[in-house]
Order: sequence, then C-alpha cells, then structure tokens
Amino acid sequence: MKIAVLQFGGSNCDYDVQYVLTEVVGVDADLVWYKDELKGYDGVVVPGGFSYGDYLRAGAIAARAPIMNSVRKMADKGLPVVGICNGFQILVESGLLPGALMTNRYPKFRCDRVNLRVDNNTSPFTNSFKKGQVIRIPIAHMEGNYFAQEHTISELNSQERVAFRYVDEQGNATSEANPNGSSENIAGILNEQGNILGMMPHPERASENILGSKDGKKIFDSMVEYISSF
Amino acid sequence: MQYHAEVTIGLKSGMLDPEATTIKKALEHLGFPTDSLEMQKRFVLELDAPSRDAAQSQVDEMCRRLLANPVIHNFDIEIEESG
Repeated sequence: MKIAVLQFGGSNCDYDVQYVLTEVVGVDADLVWYKDELKGYDGVVVPGGFSYGDYLRAGAIAARAPIMNSVRKMADKGLPVVGICNGFQILVESGLLPGALMTNRYPKFRCDRVNLRVDNNTSPFTNSFKKGQVIRIPIAHMEGNYFAQEHTISELNSQERVAFRYVDEQGNATSEANPNGSSENIAGILNEQGNILGMMPHPERASENILGSKDGKKIFDSMVEYISSF
Repeated sequence: MQYHAEVTIGLKSGMLDPEATTIKKALEHLGFPTDSLEMQKRFVLELDAPSRDAAQSQVDEMCRRLLANPVIHNFDIEIEESG
C-alpha cells in the first residue's frame, strides 16, 4: 500500500503529512510533485499550504493542474482522497467537492485549536469515531468560510455528507464556536460516494500526544484500514 | 481577428465580502460615508478569434473554467475588435 501526498508550488504541510503517514501511522507515503505521474497509489492526500500564493482564489490554480485529472480518476475508482485546508480549497475549486471556501467572516488568519463534532461516522475517514463525538484538531486559515447554495447545503445534510462541524465543548454548533462564518458551522464534507473528504482543520497537526491531541491520526488510520479492505 | 476583452467579476448579490466591508469602514473614518461598496476584479485581455461570437464564447468559457467561481461569482464580459 502506498499513499501519495501531492506537492504544488507553495504547499507547506506536505512534509508533515508524509511524516505522520510514514512515522506515526506506519504506511508508505511518497511526496508527488504536481508535474510527475500519479501512478501506483492507493490513496491521495492534498495537503495544506498556500499553493501558487493563493493567486486568483485560494486553490484555484492548483485545481487546474493536470495531476488533478489523475486524482479524479483515482476517486472515480473509489480510492480515498483527502484534502486538508488548502487541499480542501483545491478540491472544491476542482469540482470534486461542492461549494466554495471564502474569506473568514472576520477577515483574519485564524490559527487555533477547535472542537469538531463528528456528524458522519460511516465514511472511510471517520468510521473509527462515534457519531456526535467531539474531537480536537487545530485550524490555520484565512479562507475557511464554507459557502454553498441552499440546495447544496440541504443535500449535504440529508445525505449525511457533513463530516465535521465546529462546536463548543458540549458539542453544540453555536455561532461562538464557528471560527470563520462557515454555513451551518461546516468544517469538513464528503462527496456523494463518501471516498473524498475535504476539511479545513489539520489532522496531521493532531496525530501525536506531544501535540496535545491524537484525534487527527484516527482519520489517517481509518483511511489506511479502508485501503486494506479495498 | 484580434479582440480586446474586459472581464469584470464580482460576488453574487447579497454575499458577504469582509474585505469590502472593511474598506467601506475605512472610507467612513476618512469622512466618506457610502451607502454601499462592492469590490470587483477586472481582467483585460487580447485574443485572436475567427469572429466576435467565437471570442465571446472563448472568454465565457475562460470565466466558467477559471477566472470566476460560478458558486459565488457573477461575471460580465465586454468585447471589442482591436488592431
């Protein structure tokens, strides 16, 4: 089993994700430069960063790189794809996930630990959590305000495709717990098939005790388990 | 034929734009109160196309596929013959 961690000009969480996958989770993971061929991999992580300096819109340029066609093909086969932070922005810009990530309602870069409620625990990324469980994973972004048309939001809700919401410690999705103004406190969503996850929080920054939380590691563990059973 | 195109892209009406809101407030501090303020992006390009319609549809395609994000943006295209 081998997982690809994509690298675009300006990716900066690529090494952290590779480190967590190889050293903490214990699976082979290669850094794959966007001009190289994406072949022979069982899953993809699109890591965070500021690809192409957030030119035009966050994620817009990377989303149009030809390697994203290969990501689409892998996703069509049912292989797991996860986009983290800028990776989530790239996935929505490429149309692999619905909606858009806009400037935070209070237009400031937010770097903080947040509480997330697991609203879907049936996906390949979230099936080791309990439904409604509150987990702690950090965020670091300026464009994390999830927006989608009303009909898209209601589809996400009715199909249980909201993976995570920003909540308070008790698990309530209050406006105080919403760090960026996201519609309905949405922090992470899934595609229809459930094999693509996009999330603003950084699970790779919550994968070891020394970092204060190992909740993020469970996402990678579940992904690896899903690949093994594929 | 050579065409000159100007593309203006803005957020759909009613959408929150924190940057524009902040600029509007800064203008107020300078003594310029405004009833509303919108910020738009403008792209100016020259392109070769067999006809005006072809140029129009090429630029339209550019907007749909990259320049604008149809989820949040409206765009307007103006085309003129040039050269």
